[in-house]
Amino acid sequence: MSSATAMAHREERAYHLPEEPHLHEGHSTNLGFWMYLMSDCLIFAILFATYAVLGGSYAGGPGPKDLFDLPLIALNTAMLLFSSITYGFAMLAMEKNRAGATQGWLFVTLLFGGAFLFIELYEFSHLIHEGAGPWRSAFLSSFFTLVGTHGLHVTFGSIWLITLMVQVAKKGLIPANKRRLMCLSLFWHFLDVIWIGVFTFVYLMGVLR
Amino acid sequence: MTGTMTTAQMIFGRLTWDSFPWHEPIIVATFAAVVLGGAAVVAALTWFKLWGYLWKEWFTSVDHKKIGIMYMVLGLVMFLRGFADAVMMRLQQALAFNGSEGYLNAHHYDQVFTAHGVIMIFFVAMPFITGLMNYIVPLQIGARDVSFPFLNNFSFWMTTGGAVLVMCSLFLGEFAQTGWLAYPPLSGIAYSPATGVDYYIWALQVAGVGTTLSGINLIATIVKMRAPGMSLMKMPVFTWTSLCANILIVASFPILTATLVLLSLDRYVGTAFFTNDFGGNPMMYVNLIWIWGHPEVYILILPLFGVFSEVTSTFSGKRLFGYTSMVYATCCIMVLSYLVWLHHFFTMGSGASVNSFFGITTMIISIPTGAKLFNWLFTMYRGKIRFELPMMWTVAFMLTFTIGGMTGVLLAVPPADFVLHNSLFLIAHFHNVIIGGVLFGLFAAINYWWPKAFGFKLNVFWGKVSFWCWQVGFWMAFTPLYILGLMGVTRRMRVFDDPSIHIWFVVAAVGAAIVAAGIGAMLVQFAVSIWKRDELKVEGDPWDGRTLEWATSSPPPEYNFAFTPVVYDTDTWADMKRNNYQRPLSGYQAIHMPSSTGAGVILAGLATVCGFALIWYMWWLAGLSFVGLIAVAIGHTFNYKRDFYIPQDVVTRTEEERTRTIAAVGA
Amino acid sequence: MSHPSSPKWTRLFCWSTPILALPLTACDWVVMNPSGDIAVQQRDLILISTALMLLIVVPVMAMVVWFAWRYRAANKAVDKEYDPDWDHSTKLELLIWSAPLLIIICLGALTWVSTHKLDPYRPLDRIDAKTAIDPKVKPLKVEVVALDWKWLFIYPELGIATVNELAVPTNVPVRFDITASTVMNSFYIPELAGQIYAMPGMKTQLHAVANKAVGGVGFSANYSGAGFSHMRFGYHALDQAGFDAWVAKVKAGGSNLDRNAYLTLAKPTEKAPVAYYSTVEPKLFDAVVNLCPKPGQRCMGELMRINMMGGAGKESARETEGLKYDFPGSHVIDQTERNKGVQTAPDAPGAENDHSSHSGADAHAQHR
Repeated sequence: MSSATAMAHREERAYHLPEEPHLHEGHSTNLGFWMYLMSDCLIFAILFATYAVLGGSYAGGPGPKDLFDLPLIALNTAMLLFSSITYGFAMLAMEKNRAGATQGWLFVTLLFGGAFLFIELYEFSHLIHEGAGPWRSAFLSSFFTLVGTHGLHVTFGSIWLITLMVQVAKKGLIPANKRRLMCLSLFWHFLDVIWIGVFTFVYLMGVLR
Repeated sequence: MTGTMTTAQMIFGRLTWDSFPWHEPIIVATFAAVVLGGAAVVAALTWFKLWGYLWKEWFTSVDHKKIGIMYMVLGLVMFLRGFADAVMMRLQQALAFNGSEGYLNAHHYDQVFTAHGVIMIFFVAMPFITGLMNYIVPLQIGARDVSFPFLNNFSFWMTTGGAVLVMCSLFLGEFAQTGWLAYPPLSGIAYSPATGVDYYIWALQVAGVGTTLSGINLIATIVKMRAPGMSLMKMPVFTWTSLCANILIVASFPILTATLVLLSLDRYVGTAFFTNDFGGNPMMYVNLIWIWGHPEVYILILPLFGVFSEVTSTFSGKRLFGYTSMVYATCCIMVLSYLVWLHHFFTMGSGASVNSFFGITTMIISIPTGAKLFNWLFTMYRGKIRFELPMMWTVAFMLTFTIGGMTGVLLAVPPADFVLHNSLFLIAHFHNVIIGGVLFGLFAAINYWWPKAFGFKLNVFWGKVSFWCWQVGFWMAFTPLYILGLMGVTRRMRVFDDPSIHIWFVVAAVGAAIVAAGIGAMLVQFAVSIWKRDELKVEGDPWDGRTLEWATSSPPPEYNFAFTPVVYDTDTWADMKRNNYQRPLSGYQAIHMPSSTGAGVILAGLATVCGFALIWYMWWLAGLSFVGLIAVAIGHTFNYKRDFYIPQDVVTRTEEERTRTIAAVGA
Repeated sequence: MSHPSSPKWTRLFCWSTPILALPLTACDWVVMNPSGDIAVQQRDLILISTALMLLIVVPVMAMVVWFAWRYRAANKAVDKEYDPDWDHSTKLELLIWSAPLLIIICLGALTWVSTHKLDPYRPLDRIDAKTAIDPKVKPLKVEVVALDWKWLFIYPELGIATVNELAVPTNVPVRFDITASTVMNSFYIPELAGQIYAMPGMKTQLHAVANKAVGGVGFSANYSGAGFSHMRFGYHALDQAGFDAWVAKVKAGGSNLDRNAYLTLAKPTEKAPVAYYSTVEPKLFDAVVNLCPKPGQRCMGELMRINMMGGAGKESARETEGLKYDFPGSHVIDQTERNKGVQTAPDAPGAENDHSSHSGADAHAQHR
């Protein structure tokens, strides 16, 4: 910058704002939550990569074809996809400031989420019962860890969902609660996307290969 | 080891009376000293009734400046511990010749070098740079605080929780004996059955959560909270390098987290990720840990590159040469740091093409790094260089780091690495860049920004004593290591049988002693400066600074700036001074600020307890603290009232006080 | 690349280090003065790369000192040069990016070529700088096993094995096949050639040749646990006659290395003495690489075939016999001999540091 232009600007430059600029509450929440999701995505990326490397090491034990029950997993996938749709309805209701409808849809989402978890736990216990627990082979270790980590996320999402339902009940659809519902929405759909990866990459391709 | 569990085992897991290392006199003596010292500190705090003050003003504070200072204190304390480990290693290696076993057995020595690496990276370098970024970045961008102030407090306490776990391992059980990256299968349950690796895992996991969250926080702050007018290409260079470092944090620490989760599943659940049997693959761990590990190196060095840029520009009295190319160089380094991880294990037997790919990408990083060095060089060119302490550290950095960079590129040539890998040459290289780059940068930063944080300069005499001790001590400690590496001496050795190399270890030990004197001089420097703070008192801008942090008072008020600044130039404050900016003396308004909360301390405390319980297999306590953690976190979300206004009259009083100080000290 | 290999260069490099003043009896830095052709080429590469980088490093460091001195505030002579707003010069910017770039292009080319040429997996094409290899000569094969904490060398063609002593004939290419029994180590003989990791369940390779009859040491260059410091072996490069005599000595004085002897040997020990085996069970090394030296252990090769078939069926989930390889406490020197009478080798619960806290680990073992 030449000093001539600096001179020209000298008079015009106000070096501070006379009024306090109002940063609205939660101005960075969306960005921050996105970054958290991306860092979480990286954890899943590592788990996927681990599965890609170790998924073919059966240690003389059963492989995906021997173990996976595709119809059950399809049902499970449907549960999670429905829960995403119903969460979408909850958000639409929230946009219209209809607290009751929001709560209703959130509850339906919770039911679907719970069903998903129930089926997953059933699958896990069934596998362990047959001797195919996570300690049986590197394939099963990486399978249980990848799917289990997703399940754990759904569990925490459900706890969070319940918390938000209580908070909406107590405070109504105030901006802070709306922001929180928005974050959980991102989280819930994110888990859906991850599950689609799991379903395709682990289950479908596992049975196909 | 009976078949059934006794009640004591139910309660205390594998923690028994014998877990305390009674047979290690060094540890017992250290323990006694720590207990006595700790008791003295607690007694003093109680006597002077400081607990309430500490809790209210510091521990629960969400002020980025206070959190920044707490990070620095944590880094300093852990630095003394890490350096004590270094001295123990130097002493052992200087003694263990001619059939002597030295004074440390393998069990103890192997813990010492592991702890040294872990502490220096995770609990010294990381807190130091996080603290620095925390303190400086919001001031440089003209913000009142970070984006998520509560999260900031929580992050700090998580880092501290990790440090507490590492310190616990000194007196309860043992630390890992695996080297600082804990390669399996050695770190697996079969080959390291005791608590060491578990301490390692949980300390890093607890601290890692803090690091990741503080990374997210600082990115959001830089992206969202810059003062009006400060476009990305008008950000101070330190803010730029901080932004890149934090992006690296967010994009690499989850990898560490995931990798350590897999290792802990192997150890706790019996999975087979990194085992020899059941189809596991230990090489996978080595790859994963370095995919995190190499960006980590740049997380450490990038912010300091920013510091050197600020210091060179300020003390040369010039604009930074090649701001744009500096920014692009930083971004280049950021991206490239993900493409080089394999150079840490060329010797694993990948093909020649893979090895040369990673070798060449590594060398490419030296191009932007070299460009940076030239930029600093040409910033000095045609300047008016004042050799204050920060500038002295910076010049020392330029000379030291160039050598370290050169040996680094040498190690990136795979066939050369085959003879130098894991040798003391490698040790000398990375200390050359980490001490010469990160540590010298931190010392420059501390000397540079201390007056900003506390309102008085640091004593110059003791600063110079420390500086010269470090220079001489550093080269005396590490040149022998370069030479020993060329003599084919490997790292992590405890005893030696070749008497001809003894002399070099003695020289290195003397070097370490001189470094110790340098650290001592630095502590004296702090003490003397605090003692004579009235003589060293300064106002806002003691160095004729160029960036926004120098526009406010020293130390800055809680709200940083009475009015939100407007930015027209990269060197905002220099621009303001040149245009005869006059500080407004009236028209103050109430300022909106986040409120303090104790939730961060409680959450991090519970996480630490949970980690401790997992290390010792106290399952009930682990479960309880985890449930508590979730409950407190949920409870915290029910607190909707998280901010307050600093009333107008308080702002007015604070600013009028500053007006009087300016009149007294002279701006 | 053979030119600068003359010892003059080396000596110059050694003496030019800044520690000139210290009592340096002679320049005996083995990495800078090795006796095997591969190591010599690696040394040359170090010297050439360093020289190449010094082309830019020396001027930069000189400029740092020069600028810092010349433009110090106290130097009033340059006051009129002071230009606080000078912050850009396209020419200089081009220079500061292209100068390192040029060096790195040269170094990158050198890296690409040398990495391929000195790839440890690549069979040698020369004995030394002047002698090409005789295509009829077959390399001597040595199988290397890193044990806790000692080295086992098997000469499959000669039918002998040694512990902690390696001899090779000079000017004969040698092929090392390298593995480890429990944890990762690195096989390194500075006199001979660069190192390569020794990993359990994996086989790495190193081709090298000794050019001079010398004695030296080899060791593990990767930390592997408590006994690591003593994990060293004697290295002898012998002329053909000397080597034959050495082989005869091993054959005369040794016992048989069968599976049982191996399993006993594999138990963790420190400072293991040199041992000779006049005969070796064939395929022992293969069994070690496949993690099945123990009778009843299932070999990795077999398990990998099952992987290729997509698993062994649902029922195989419970067939875990002979799969476990990593045993708790198998990395501890056994001083108590509490082997519980089982014929297994490395699972002695043990003892060196007397951790009373193994119960968790044991529980873990049972639960598999």
